[in-house]
This record gives sequence, structure tokens and C-alpha cells, in this order.
Amino acid sequence: MLRLVRSCGRLTLRTLREMGRMGVFLGTTLIDIFRPPLQGGQLVRRIYFIGSRSLLLIVFTGAFTGMVVALQGYIALRRFGGEEALGPMVGLSLIRELGPVLSALMITARAGSALTAELGIMRITEQIDALEVMALNPIKYLVVPIFLAACITFPLLNSVFVTVGIYGGYIVGVELLGGSSGAYFTQMSSAADSSDIWMGVYKSLSFGMIVAWVSCFKGFYAAHGAEGVSHATTQAVVMCAVLILVWDYFIGSVLV
Amino acid sequence: MIRLVNVRKSFGSQTVLSGLNLDIPDRAVYVVVGVSGAGKSCLLKHLIGLMRPDSGQVWIDDIEITSLGRRALNRVRNRFGMLFQGGALFDSMSVYDNVAFPLREKTQKSEAEIRDKVHERLFQVGLAGVDAKFPSELSGGMRKRAALARSLVSDPEILLFDEPTTGLDPIRVNAIHRLILDLHQMLDFTAVIVSHEIPAVFSLATHIAMLHQGVIVESGSPSALQESNNPVVRQFMSGQLEGPIDVY
Ligand SMILES: Nc1ncnc2c1ncn2[C@@H]1O[C@H](COP(=O)(O)OP(=O)(O)O)[C@@H](O)[C@H]1O
Ligand SMILES: [Mg+2]
Repeated sequence: MLRLVRSCGRLTLRTLREMGRMGVFLGTTLIDIFRPPLQGGQLVRRIYFIGSRSLLLIVFTGAFTGMVVALQGYIALRRFGGEEALGPMVGLSLIRELGPVLSALMITARAGSALTAELGIMRITEQIDALEVMALNPIKYLVVPIFLAACITFPLLNSVFVTVGIYGGYIVGVELLGGSSGAYFTQMSSAADSSDIWMGVYKSLSFGMIVAWVSCFKGFYAAHGAEGVSHATTQAVVMCAVLILVWDYFIGSVLV
Repeated sequence: MIRLVNVRKSFGSQTVLSGLNLDIPDRAVYVVVGVSGAGKSCLLKHLIGLMRPDSGQVWIDDIEITSLGRRALNRVRNRFGMLFQGGALFDSMSVYDNVAFPLREKTQKSEAEIRDKVHERLFQVGLAGVDAKFPSELSGGMRKRAALARSLVSDPEILLFDEPTTGLDPIRVNAIHRLILDLHQMLDFTAVIVSHEIPAVFSLATHIAMLHQGVIVESGSPSALQESNNPVVRQFMSGQLEGPIDVY
């Protein structure tokens, strides 16, 4: 019994300490963003890294997400004769919910894990220490560009996902199942207003910050050895996915 | 002059340095030996503020570095160079860019001045003509040389070497030692070298110290250590399994 209490206590302490360290890491990163010089070259490299790794995947998953939503939506809507609501349904669910969440999850799997592994390898091969020894700030040099790149690429990739998804839905709902082509787009644009668009932008921006934060933190403090890096990578992906879904609910219920 | 006073460091329940004292005179070639896991890398990291002791002091000339803030610490670090165990070259950059990196990031030198300096250092370590290669394309010995060129490029007063020869064949071990000696004569820095390379380091060192169970058990000239009566030192020098050092 005492052992149980003790190990619970230890787990709680460890979790709290980890949360504290993550908070400090985020704070340092946010401060270092405003400290010159801007690492322009690094930033471009990171945007390219995240974008080029994820773009094809985003197009592919976006198209199929739109197609699935259209297919299921069409079947459901036909039962009570509301096929003309298919456009708004596909559009709104992609813009407000599925686009930001699924694109963030896809980028996490593709680029977030690679970033954790890259920083983890730099940690265990002492490249991060080497930066420190040269009196350079590794957070400024390595983490800040990733953070900014994520803030730029996540909303962009999200908009690609949503656009492709809407056309995917069009192909299924209109071309294959024979819905009305005019109704699909006009109904969609009259149903969606700018608050829906902003909701999607806020969400994917905040998901970008979460993914950059968690992936960099886990890689930056990876433990000794190759297992340390693989452990950090797995943890980063799981933690990103969980945080994305929790934050999605939270932001959705606050912003409405 | 580098001076460590009563330095203690633990990780969780594991004590790595337990009240260590060490004096390193200017321009020495100071070699620290000890078994794997004795804490030699930790010791070096304390000298340059990569690790902070739980208690104790680290003096670099008249500056006590354990309590310094980032800016002041960076000023001290600018006087150091460090050669890490695996080289710690940046994988994403060519050898040339690696060596040029400290100059580009921290000085206002023109690209032409940087090129001259980088080529001078690469030539001195015997790596002329590998500019465009990436670290992954180099052999272990070449990687150490490239890393050495990078740590020398900003003309440090104090150079720390973490096992500069581990994993190399005996000929390359001697080649690296010769290189360190030549550079030391040419550039006049203080060298602190962590090594297992017995007996090769005897011809390199001006001072040797042995680290064991978190303290320096003996230090002195190479010949004094070779004739030491301390059973720990004798066992380490001869490599015997029986003795006070617990092998397993
Ligand atoms: N950052 C760290 N966290 C936890 N333990 C560490 C850390 N660095 C080193 N150690 C431990 O300290 C001991 C000494 O390590 P090290 O200085 O690398 O030994 P050496 O370089 O002499 O082989 C080892 O047992 C190692 O596991
Ligand atoms: Mg070591």
C-alpha cells in the first residue's frame, strides 16, 4: 500500500517536473524569437523541410477525406431528402474540423517525428553541446526556425488539405453520385462565413506551435544512446497527437 | 590557470564527481586518465560550463564560472575550443562550412579572410582538399581532424580534447598525438586531454592526473605517475584485472 502511494507520488512529481521543463522550453523559445539575428537561411530550410515532406501526403489524404465525407454524407442526407446540403456539410466539416486536425496529424507523423529524430541525434552526438561551446544559442539557432516554419507551413498545408478535400467531395458527390454541381458550391459558400475560415486558421496555427514545441522539446532533451532517440520520437508523436485532439476540443468549445 | 575546487556532481543517486580538486597551469598539456565511466567527459564539461556542479567552484584565471549568467559565460567560452568524443561535426554541412561556421557566426570577417583561415587550419591538420566532403563521408580519423580544425579556427587559449584518439588504430593514434604536439608548439594553447591511451600519452603530456571514484587520486609528471606506488594507478597503468579497481 505504502509502495503504491510512493510510486504514484513519484510519477506525479516526474510529470510535474517534465511539464515545468516543457514550459520553460516554450518560454525560452518565445523570447528567443525576438532576439536578433533572424536565422533566415535556417527558416527557409525548415519551411522547405516540413513542406516538401508533407505536401504529397496532405494532397492525398485531403482528397480521400473529402471523398469519404461526401460519400457518407450523401448516404445520410438522402434518407431525409437533404442532398443539396452536401456542399455545406463537406465544406464546413473540412474547414472547421477535419482539415486542421487531420493535416496536423499527418504533418506530425511525417515531419514532426523526423524533426525529433534529427534534434535527438544532434543531442547524442554532442552537436548541440558544440553550439553551446561556440557560445551560440542552440535554441535560437535550431528551435526558433522550426517554430516559425511550423507557424507558416501548418496553415498553408491546411488550406491545401481543405481545398483538395472540397474538390474530392465534389468528384464523389457530384460527378459519381449525380448531385447538383451548382448547389454544391453555392450552398457551401453561403453557409460558410469568415468565422469558419478563421477558426480553421487559428486551429492549424496553434497545432503548428504544439507540434513544433513538443517535437523540438523531445528531441532537444533526448536521452543517451540510440534508444534515447527512438524513445523520444515515439513519445513526441503520441504526445502531439493527444495534445492536438485535446486542444481541438478546447478551442472548438471556446471559440464556437 | 584552471582550478577546480571541491567539485561535486551527482546524477540521481549516482555520484560522478565527489569533491574533486585540480590545478591546470597555463600552456600545459594536461592529460586526465581513468576507466570508462569514471566521469572524464563530465569533468571536461564542467570546465566549460556545459555542466554545473552541485557544489564547488570552477575558476578560469580569476573568473568563477559556475555562477555566471549566459552572457558572461559566453565571454569565457570564447576563449575555449573543444574537441568532442565523436567530433560533433554538423552533419548538414560540408567540412569547409563546418570549419568556417564559428567565424561566420561570431566574427565580422569577410568571406575571403574566412577562406584563408579555414584552409590554413585544414592544411595544418592534414586535410587539404576535402572541403566539399560531408562528415558522413569521412573516416573516423579524418572526422577527428576536421573537428580539430574547427575547434582551432577561432584561436582558442584553452583546448579541451575528449578522447581524441579512441577508436583509431595505433598509427593514427600517434599521428593525432604528433599533430596535437605540433599545434601546441605552434599555437601555444593550454591543452586538457582526456584519454585512455596508455602508454602513448606519456610522450605527449607535461602533466598526468588519474580520475577514480570521483576524485583525482594522483597527479604529477608522466614519469612520477609511471613510478607511482598507488595501487589504483599501478593497476590502471598495467591493465591488470586484479586490484582495487572494480572491473565489473
Ligand atoms: N547527462 C547525464 N545524465 C545522467 N548520467 C550521466 C550524464 N552524463 C554522464 N552520466 C553518467 O556519468 C558517468 C560518467 O560519465 P562520463 O563522464 O561520460 O564517463 P567517461 O567519459 O569517463 O567515460 C556515467 O556513468 C554516465 O552514465
Ligand atoms: Mg567520455
